[in-house]
Amino acid sequence: MIEYNIVEVSIQTADFSLADEVALLEQNNATDGAVVTFTGRVRNKNEGKEVTSLTLEHYSGMTEKSLAKIISTAKDRWRIGRVKVIHRVGELFIGDQIVFVGVTSKHRQDAFAANEFIMDYLKVQAPFWKKEKTNQGEYWLNAKTSDENKAAKW
Amino acid sequence: MIKVVFFATLREQLDCSELSISNENLATVGDLKTELANKNEQWQQVFTNSSLLAAVNHDMVNNEALIKSGDEVAFFPPVTGG
Repeated sequence: MIEYNIVEVSIQTADFSLADEVALLEQNNATDGAVVTFTGRVRNKNEGKEVTSLTLEHYSGMTEKSLAKIISTAKDRWRIGRVKVIHRVGELFIGDQIVFVGVTSKHRQDAFAANEFIMDYLKVQAPFWKKEKTNQGEYWLNAKTSDENKAAKW
Repeated sequence: MIKVVFFATLREQLDCSELSISNENLATVGDLKTELANKNEQWQQVFTNSSLLAAVNHDMVNNEALIKSGDEVAFFPPVTGG
């Protein structure tokens, strides 16, 4: 049997390829019939302002630790196979990919639920901060109560 | 000594990304916040903000968390990644 050695968390400035990530999740993985992926991208508008770019800052060390903890909780709650989380940092522009979450499982329900759980917890626990450049100036984004409520529902 | 690090809007408001502080007389994260708030009006404003988050050695904690020499304590605003 070929051992699968996935690095589950990657914080990087470089872009990623959805196709490559899916290929890695599927490679030598005959047991999982479901692959669920989520990709987050930079929107052109936020809170009524025209966005030109955003800069992502993170707390190196804590970011990896908190994401590993979220993934471990997801593995305890659902019967999932492989997990990959990628989050980009640095300056990103409209349409750029920001975040990727990929989860495999034997059947779709576990992968769907675990993927959403990981994304919801990443939003409220992983130490990333966005600073937006807009047509009305540059400012740090405020956390949304709706994100807190969403994570609290799990 | 304790290493204290600041992120995002906090780092800009304080114009400081990290500092070292003696942990003598500081038992908890709450004690450290009180100590930092005493620095001046700007720091007072930042460290009495109830939405401020804290981590000790990369784990999110509350004000009652104990701190000891060699710890890394971080303060930051609510997170906005994803």
